[in-house]
Amino acid sequence: MMTLTRPLPSWINLEALLPYIGTLLLILGASTAFPQVLSLDYLTQQLQIAAFLGVLATGATIVILLGHIDLSVPWTLNGAAIVATAMAGSGNAALIALAIPAAILFGAAVGAVNGLGVTILRIPSMVWTLAINSILLGLAVLNTGGFNPRGESSALMSWLATGSIAGLPVSFLFWMAVSLALALVMTRSGFGRYLRSIGYNEKAVYLSGVSTRSVVVGAFVIAGVCSALGGVLLAGYANQAYQSMGDPFLLPTIAAVVIGGTSILGGCGGLFGTIGGVLFITILNSVLSVAQISDAWRSIIFGAIILAMLLFQTLRRGGRT
Amino acid sequence: MRDFFSAYRRELIASGVLVVLLSVYLGTHPRGASTYVLTIWANQCVILGLVAIAQFFAVIVRGIDLSVGAVMALTNTLASHLLDGSAVAIGLGIVAVLVAGVLCGLLNGALVVFGRIQPIVVTLATASIFVGIALILRPTPGGAVNYDLADAITLDLFGVPTALVIVAVLVFAFWLPFRRTGLGLGLYAVGSSAQGAFQSGMPVTTIRLAAFSLAGLFGAIAGLFYTFVTTTGDAGIAPNFTLNSIAAVVLGGVLLRGGTGSLIGALIGAFILKTIAALMFFSGIPSLAQPLFEGMILAVAIAIGGADILRARNRLEAFGR
Repeated sequence: MMTLTRPLPSWINLEALLPYIGTLLLILGASTAFPQVLSLDYLTQQLQIAAFLGVLATGATIVILLGHIDLSVPWTLNGAAIVATAMAGSGNAALIALAIPAAILFGAAVGAVNGLGVTILRIPSMVWTLAINSILLGLAVLNTGGFNPRGESSALMSWLATGSIAGLPVSFLFWMAVSLALALVMTRSGFGRYLRSIGYNEKAVYLSGVSTRSVVVGAFVIAGVCSALGGVLLAGYANQAYQSMGDPFLLPTIAAVVIGGTSILGGCGGLFGTIGGVLFITILNSVLSVAQISDAWRSIIFGAIILAMLLFQTLRRGGRT
Repeated sequence: MRDFFSAYRRELIASGVLVVLLSVYLGTHPRGASTYVLTIWANQCVILGLVAIAQFFAVIVRGIDLSVGAVMALTNTLASHLLDGSAVAIGLGIVAVLVAGVLCGLLNGALVVFGRIQPIVVTLATASIFVGIALILRPTPGGAVNYDLADAITLDLFGVPTALVIVAVLVFAFWLPFRRTGLGLGLYAVGSSAQGAFQSGMPVTTIRLAAFSLAGLFGAIAGLFYTFVTTTGDAGIAPNFTLNSIAAVVLGGVLLRGGTGSLIGALIGAFILKTIAALMFFSGIPSLAQPLFEGMILAVAIAIGGADILRARNRLEAFGR
């Protein structure tokens, strides 16, 4: 039968829309008790804050689609922030200009080490990236002497994190640009197709003559760069780098990706859902703090709502796994 | 004899590493191999060893438990309220703490088995809930514990650290007999191939639930032991122990893909990790460089564990891992 409307693109499905619906319900529900939640100021501020988690989750999505996981996010982020602020705070114009590229390079290098350990030594990514994370922690402690690192963010970093264009936060636009760029890579390039296929069945992809090693390393490099960009944004926001600045982001990153409908086993899911997951988690956290709920209860409600979302996902699939 | 070596190769390598590390440690320690030094060392090792055992039970059925640290924090804070007063009250308190741990594990298991959510995601969410409850029980570290009991459990018996006696009892009176029971074999069967186990008529659901409950139980035992060592309740201990427990089981030769490894291996892995940390303290390495060395030793140890891949005769063998 002919239909007049074009079918929706495949990346828009109920799985990926679920977190968006959840976010809307959260905002509407909270607005009954706290009307300020509907104000433009509040909502743009949430978009600005969501971007930090968003950039990290974008990279995490790529790795999780492969069926791997990157637990080195916290100190990759922290290391990149230390590198960027140290260079930006040096007073030398050339170094200031190179602050962000250097941070990105740092992230890419960490990602490459992660990817090489996972592909060549075939160490489970969960353990290898954990070990890399503790090495990065060690490097940071050695470098900064255990104190808060010196330095400051450059004007560009601050603008990226706190500036706004036409009423929209720059950090949000930056996050969207990163997501869009990676979404194009994922859908339009062979790399993106191989990535998903490896998540389904690495052996089959290898036997089809694909260099699976380079795809996996490439994915980890992308994730490392995303972590570094997250560090640049956070350092720009706080105007400094500080110890353990990345630790609170590790678990929300994974939660955002999974709530966005990406399977932790790899293969299915995508960046569109992740954006929804990030928005959901950011709004949830923010609403809980607007409601002045204690840390303890916030943690309990946070866990319970994530579980509820996941249960809803599996129930909707009706047993298909 | 050769059978013994090939069956326990992983544990034997790990214990070899442990013996070397321990002799270096005792050799460099200014007070040598005295009961005092050994007791402190054993207490630290056994805390992590018990958490690693909890992780082992989740990993052996091809799961992972990111809530072991949270269960430990929850039971630790609970114990800090219940382990004071009359002998009967303390006895009931210990039972209550253990029951709480089993319930946490059972909740994880039920969500994995009936909710059909991946263990890593389930335990990520429940960890948040458990830590929240722990924070309600103890917003700030504190509490009182019966000192006589704490001393009895954390000092020495006729010159042998009590912690080591507990571990010996655990291995010989619990693990070795348990390994031969239907449930013990079932854990390995489900971890090696859930489908195969199901088709052989094994109660896969029950075995999974039992595995996660055992993880909860050992998380509680770890929390209890931690309470006796520190005599305080602290809700903030979760993340560190969770991550270290994963590193410990991998160092001890337990494969994250399930079905391979033993409780003894998990214990040895934990002992190795803690001995490295203790060794650092007296090694003369500048204190700022210690975290870096710890991370590097962890990475090298894990990489050696992964060096098996170099013996693979066919690259396809790698994908089964």
